[in-house]
Amino acid sequence: MTTTQIPTAVRTPDVDPPSKPRRRQREGAAWVFLSPWVLGAAVLTLLPMAVSLYLSFTDYDLFNPPQWVGLRNYTQMFTEDPRYWRSVVATLTYVVIAVPLQLGLALVVALALKNMRRGKGFYRSAFYAPSLLGTSMSIALVWRAIFNDGGTVDNLLGTGGWVNKPGWALFAVALLTVWQFGAPMVIFLAGLQQIPTELYEAASVDGASRWRQFLSITVPMLSPVIFFNLVLQTIQAFQVFTPAFAVSAGKGGPADSTLFYTLYLYDRGFVASHMGYASAMAWVLLLVIGAVTAVLFRTSRSWVFYASEGDR
Amino acid sequence: MTTSTVAVRKPVAWHRIALHLGCLAALLVMLYPLAWLLATSLKPANEVIASLDLLPSSLEWSNYQTALDGVNDVSVWQLLGNSLFIAGGAVVGNVLSCSLAAYAFARLRFRFRGPLFAFMIATIMLPHHAVLIPQYIIFNQLGMVNTYWPLILPKFLATEAFFVFLIVQFMRGLPRELEEAARIDGCGPFRSFFLVILPLTRPALITTAIFTFIWTWNDFFTQLIYLFSPEKFTLTLALRSFVDASSQSAFGPMFAMSVIALLPIVLFFLAFQRFLVEGMANSGIKG
Repeated sequence: MTTTQIPTAVRTPDVDPPSKPRRRQREGAAWVFLSPWVLGAAVLTLLPMAVSLYLSFTDYDLFNPPQWVGLRNYTQMFTEDPRYWRSVVATLTYVVIAVPLQLGLALVVALALKNMRRGKGFYRSAFYAPSLLGTSMSIALVWRAIFNDGGTVDNLLGTGGWVNKPGWALFAVALLTVWQFGAPMVIFLAGLQQIPTELYEAASVDGASRWRQFLSITVPMLSPVIFFNLVLQTIQAFQVFTPAFAVSAGKGGPADSTLFYTLYLYDRGFVASHMGYASAMAWVLLLVIGAVTAVLFRTSRSWVFYASEGDR
Repeated sequence: MTTSTVAVRKPVAWHRIALHLGCLAALLVMLYPLAWLLATSLKPANEVIASLDLLPSSLEWSNYQTALDGVNDVSVWQLLGNSLFIAGGAVVGNVLSCSLAAYAFARLRFRFRGPLFAFMIATIMLPHHAVLIPQYIIFNQLGMVNTYWPLILPKFLATEAFFVFLIVQFMRGLPRELEEAARIDGCGPFRSFFLVILPLTRPALITTAIFTFIWTWNDFFTQLIYLFSPEKFTLTLALRSFVDASSQSAFGPMFAMSVIALLPIVLFFLAFQRFLVEGMANSGIKG
C-alpha cells in the first residue's frame, strides 16, 4: 500500500552485493553522476553560506575590502534600526495571515473536489493556474491597480483602495498569496486520494458523522501532507518579494507597511551597498526559518501521523 | 413501495449541482484579475480608472503597438528574446544536471549517500538570501554581473534541489529489474542511465523543464540584481520600468506588455497542465 510521508533518506538496498573492484567502479560512476551537484553545492551553497556568515561581521560595500566590525551589524539591527523591526513585523504579520488562509482555502477546495465525479480535472487545473501566473510581475502590477485608489476593490467596497493605506496594503499582498492556493490544493487532493475508502465505509457503518470522519480519518491520514504544505508555504512566505516590490514601487510603503524582510535586505545590500549588514540580515533570516522549521518538526510529532510507522 | 427491479428515476443530486455552482463562482472571482488585465490592456487611457466597466468602449490596439516599441529604446522582441534565452538555458541546465544527480541518489550506491541526500533535501528549505550576496560577489569577481551567466550557470550545477527531489521520486518508481537486465546485457551505469532510465524518466523531465521555464520566466529578484543594461533586460525586468511610473496614461501599454509577458506561461500551462498539476501533486507524496 502506498503511504504518504516526507522522505528522510534513501533506503533502497542494492540488488546484489557486487564484488569489490566492481563496487569501486560503480562508486566512481556515482560520483561522476553527482559531480555537477557536488560542485554546485560546494561553490554556490556551502561556500556562500560561510562567506555570508563572515561578511555579516564586516562592513563591506563591494568595492573596498571588508572591514571587521564584530557584532556591530547585529546590534545595530536589533537596537538602532526601527526600519529593520518594521520589516520583521510586516513579514511576520504577512506570514501569519497569508499562510493559514491559503492552506485553509486549499484544504476546503481539495475536500470539495475530492468526490466530484465530473469536472474534477478541469477545476483542479483551473484553480492551479494562479499558482503559476501569480508569481509574475504582470500579476503583481494588476494587483496594485485593482487594490489602488479608484481600482476595483475601491469601487466595490468604497475603502479608497488598499495599497496606499498603511493598515491595508499588507492585506492586498496577502490576498495575492491566498489567490495562489492552487499548488497546496493539488498536493492536498493527491493526499486525499490516497486515503483508503474502506476507512470511511467502516466509519459510516459504525455511525460516525461526516464531521467525525473528517476529524478522525481525514485529518490524521492527511497530516503528513498538511505538514509538508505548512513547512513549504511558510518558508516561501518568509521570502516573498515581487508583489511587495511592485505594490510599493520597491520602497516598502506606505509607511513601511509592505517593507518585507527581503525587500529591506535588497534595499540595504543592493541599493545602499551595505553588503555586511544585508549578510547579517540574511543570516538572521536563515536562523529564523531554521528555527521555525525545527519548531514545526518538533510539534509535528504530536499531530503528524505516519501510517507506516505503527511502532512509534 | 418500489422494488429494485423497477427503474427508479435518479434523484436530482442537488448537492452536486450546488458544488459545481460554488466552484464556478469561485473560478469567476479568481479569473477576474486576468480578465481585468486583458480588458485594461485594450482600454483607452481615459477609461482605465474613470470607467467601472470591465469591457472597454472601444478597443485600443495602439496600446499593444506602444508596448511592442518596448521600454528604454529596446523593442519587445529583443526583451522576449532575452527572456527566452535565459529560460531556455535554465531548462537545459536543470534537466541535465538534476537528472544526473537524481540518478545517483535514486539508484547508485556511494559513501555518504544518506547524509548527502539529507543535505540536498535541506537545501530545498534554504532561503535563497543566505547565499545571495556571496554568490553575487563571486559572479562580480568573475566579471559576470550584467551578463546572463549568473542566471544560467547555477542551473547546470543542480542548485535547484526541488527538481532533483522530483526526479528522484519518479526514478524510485521505476522497476529495478530494468537495470539488472541492462547490466546482464553488459551495460555499465552510464549506458543504463542514458539508454534505459532516462527515456523512462521522460514525464519527470518534461515536468522539470516546464516548471523551470515558468519559474525562470517569472523570476524577478535574480534578474533585478544581476542585470542592469536595458538591452539585456528580460520582459519581467522591463515591466519594472512601469513600477515607478505613476502616470495613468502609461496604464494601457503597461498592461499590454504584461499580457505579452504572461502569454508564454498561459500557453505552456494550457499545453502541459497535466504535467504541471501531476508534478506538483507528486512533489508532496511518495508513491
